[in-house]
Amino acid sequence: MSEAVWTFMALVSHWRRHRASFATLMVGLAVATALWSGVQALNSQARQSYDRAARLVGEAGAPALVSARGAFIPQEQYVALRRAGFKVSPVLEGTVRIGGAAYRLVGIEPLTRPGGAVLTGLEDSSDLEAFLRAPGQTLAAPQTLSELGAAAGARIQTDPGALLPPAVAQDTIAPGLIVVDIGVAQAVLGRPMQLSRMIAASDATLDAEALAAVVGDALRIETPEETGDLTRLTESFHLNLTAFGLLAFIVGLFIVHASIGLAFEQRLGTVRTLRACGVSLATLIAVLVSEVVMLALLAGAIGMVCGYLIAAALLPDVALSLRGIYGADVGRSLVLEPRWWVSGLGMALLGALIASAASLFKVARMPAVALGRPLAWREAHEGQLRRQGVLAGLALVVALAAFWLGEGLVAGFVVIAGVLLGVALLLPLGLARLLRVGEAMSNDALARWFWADARRQLPGLSLALMALLLALSANVGVGTMVEGFRTTFTGWLDERLNSEIYVTAQDAEAGRRVAAWLEADTDVTAVLPVWRTETRIGAWPVDVYGLRDHATYRDHFSLLSELPRAWDRVRDGTGALVSEQLAQRMSLGLGGEIALPAEAGVWTVPVVGVFADYGNPKGQVRVNVDRLVRHWPDARRTHYSVRAAPEAVAGLIERMRAEFGDALAQVSDQAQLKAMSLRIFERTFAVTGALNTLTLFVSGIALFASLLTLSDVRLAQIAPVWALGVTRRRLSDLEVGKVMVLAAMTAVLAVPLGLVLAWCLVAIVNVQAFGWRLPFHVFPLQWGVVFVLALVTAFVAAMLPALRLSRTAPADLLKVFANER
Amino acid sequence: MTLIDRPHEPGGPTPRHDAPLLSVRGVRKSYATPQGAVVVLKGVDLSLRARESLALLGESGSGKSTLLHLIGGLDDADGGEIAIEGAAMTGRPDGERAALRRARIGIVFQQFNLVPSLTVDDNIAFQARIAGRFDPAWQDELIGRLGLGDLRSRYPEQLSGGQQQRVAIGRALAVRPRLLLADEPTGNLDEATGDEVMDLALDLVARTGCAFLMATHSTRLAARLDRRVRLASGALVAS
Repeated sequence: MSEAVWTFMALVSHWRRHRASFATLMVGLAVATALWSGVQALNSQARQSYDRAARLVGEAGAPALVSARGAFIPQEQYVALRRAGFKVSPVLEGTVRIGGAAYRLVGIEPLTRPGGAVLTGLEDSSDLEAFLRAPGQTLAAPQTLSELGAAAGARIQTDPGALLPPAVAQDTIAPGLIVVDIGVAQAVLGRPMQLSRMIAASDATLDAEALAAVVGDALRIETPEETGDLTRLTESFHLNLTAFGLLAFIVGLFIVHASIGLAFEQRLGTVRTLRACGVSLATLIAVLVSEVVMLALLAGAIGMVCGYLIAAALLPDVALSLRGIYGADVGRSLVLEPRWWVSGLGMALLGALIASAASLFKVARMPAVALGRPLAWREAHEGQLRRQGVLAGLALVVALAAFWLGEGLVAGFVVIAGVLLGVALLLPLGLARLLRVGEAMSNDALARWFWADARRQLPGLSLALMALLLALSANVGVGTMVEGFRTTFTGWLDERLNSEIYVTAQDAEAGRRVAAWLEADTDVTAVLPVWRTETRIGAWPVDVYGLRDHATYRDHFSLLSELPRAWDRVRDGTGALVSEQLAQRMSLGLGGEIALPAEAGVWTVPVVGVFADYGNPKGQVRVNVDRLVRHWPDARRTHYSVRAAPEAVAGLIERMRAEFGDALAQVSDQAQLKAMSLRIFERTFAVTGALNTLTLFVSGIALFASLLTLSDVRLAQIAPVWALGVTRRRLSDLEVGKVMVLAAMTAVLAVPLGLVLAWCLVAIVNVQAFGWRLPFHVFPLQWGVVFVLALVTAFVAAMLPALRLSRTAPADLLKVFANER
Repeated sequence: MTLIDRPHEPGGPTPRHDAPLLSVRGVRKSYATPQGAVVVLKGVDLSLRARESLALLGESGSGKSTLLHLIGGLDDADGGEIAIEGAAMTGRPDGERAALRRARIGIVFQQFNLVPSLTVDDNIAFQARIAGRFDPAWQDELIGRLGLGDLRSRYPEQLSGGQQQRVAIGRALAVRPRLLLADEPTGNLDEATGDEVMDLALDLVARTGCAFLMATHSTRLAARLDRRVRLASGALVAS
């Protein structure tokens, strides 16, 4: 026992005297853990919210009844169905603003809710009575109440002034949701005697014929697949977040690998001494592993706390993106399960052990006497470089195989991982070659030493430079993709949001009245119906839109590909336009036919054009509006886009609202919609941008860590040059110069690698994840920014070690020679 | 206090007082290189008794360090036998060789090989502690005799070469070894300091009663020991 204890104390004492190295190791592992766990916290929060939301409004997999025509269902239809024996339960949903923030208000009728939809607290009859009896209860998640500043029993007031029943905290309710009795919801939302939907038990069979016998064609059955399970719909979004978090974790592991590896090398002498004193190899390995475990747990704990803070900071952007893109509600404050902490610490531990495995393996394999032979260690390093080259080749082969043979999103990520890893592993070899060229081209003795010495530093800096390469490539790649997306998206929005006003009426009749009123207005130049219905092709939900032929579409709605006279054929009802993701998913080409399940049968129509539909998880088809109504008589006829003089828009909207009041479900102007869409876009990629920046920061720390831990070794390498007459100041400047040259070379290599990454993201990952493909743009100015970032990172990382060198006392430099004879 | 006889260590053979403390028989060692195997030792025989000192002479690259490493159990021989007080060093797994080394052998290297992050005090005590033999009184005596009393809380980088080598000697003797191995202990010191270190080492060796085997290329230093042998072409010749 004492052997292990004293060995541990001897090894750990190294960190006491190298606090900067210890700090960089801890920072590296903590930051890597923080970025990974932060992303997982966001994903975990989202999934928990999806589960709770699904449980709230019904059982998972349960059907629902929704209006076939308008937004809301008259309550008398519910009464009629209950009297006819249908075991359905009413639900009213809407948005309320409280303190300027939007919350989803859900009104339920607990007495008729299907048995599996559990709300803890209402299972007890006394609590149920409290919920139903005046003044009733407002149920919300504890963090929602905390955001609202509402204590238990407090009455929350909405911005318009409505007072909710006394608040009760319920853990099982998803964040961002507020649950009240349906009567209360109807009053607060201003929807008296109206419902959003009626839910049934998951084992209920809703017979369409029996339904029609009671309510006619007023309602339709909505299956869970039709709306799209949130977990499935958002899978790609969360997978992309996870991929980014993993990239950041791997880059962070480079710091750990560099720090632990260099610490091992610095302690080679100590390890040799310990072996000479009689410490067995088994004890030594066990102590080294214990040290790594303790450091990992300590740094991991710090990282988890930071990860929580990062996730909390990014959650608003993620929540907005998920709500905007998928309609998903994930709340505004984080609540995490204990397993998140365990899994995060586990990742830190696993990462640290992986990062230190090579060093532990080296120590285990080398005989004690060789540990003291620098030549033996160098032979091992050169062997490692050869193995690195082989691994690089393997990684690139795997990437190629995944590209040619793989399918799906995971194959896309394998391609990216293989390319990044392969090129990163080849980086030291490539840099060594470039440095040799520099040396060969130099005539000046000091210049030749500059290049040769830079090559000598490579083994100690290669990991940090590889991390820098990955971070810079990610910057170029993701930046190229995001900028390309922004360029494309902005233009696409301009095309799609061409009308000045967008109107949604309460029902078809209200829609007709609104349209007639608008057509009579002199400020209005066109009223275009945007009627739609939903269908399914296979298991995939597809929206079918009916359009009236108009210059608005012909002139502005651009198609990715089209047959001649495509718009004429749509107008004539002999052709349909399909979205890119629908075409990709169903392997539809121009001239091919698409079979659309309609109410009276299947309507088969040729595909005459394909259009871009970025961000839509569902498929979309656009046909002539008359054909839509013919094949789907019950299509929703509540949406209209209105062309009007821009200067008349505000007044027109005001008059419309005054004229029609509650008959209007929603009125938006073009500027509002564009701004909201762009805001969602920016907030979505703000998350990516934040992770990008943090990854670059992590790689900068890796470089700093390597330079700092090399600084002691560097002294022995630089002292002879100093003794020959080169000043410390000059040597210090040359040190900074070497690091900047290496960083610049790495940045130059990062640009083409980043472009490859961008192409993979655009052409493979995006297509597999979302079904649509962005045009590939390049942004040379971005490369310049990345190059400058690399130089700045290198300069900042090299400054402190160089400063220390310039201030090294001559006596310390002379000590290098003191032990030589 | 001098230590002449020590209690028999449990689990090991009972040492005979007339038997050699160190026995090396037919030891062979070669190393693989890209150019082929290099034979360093071709069958070395030597023995050493308690309280005896032996100088191992030879040119650079003659295999002196290799032989010392094999005797110390830092490496394993390709053939032959090495025994310390009858306990075999050869043919044992690393753990057993390490146990034998920390209990019975002290090693002093040319490069001092102190633990840079431990103080003088902790460096000297290290091997004794891991062997479970730390004796504060003996530690204090060693430090006093080595002239390190004012330097106990210093770190190796704050010491001169001679001071560091004295710490190394202290560490090797703090465990009260049966055999002290020294590989060119004055190789990195000037002549005066080297002589001073040798005086201390020989004095302490005499006090502890251990056997002393020193590799050196200095015939002058070798003359101070009881016997001398020379290693040449992988074999021992009488010096």
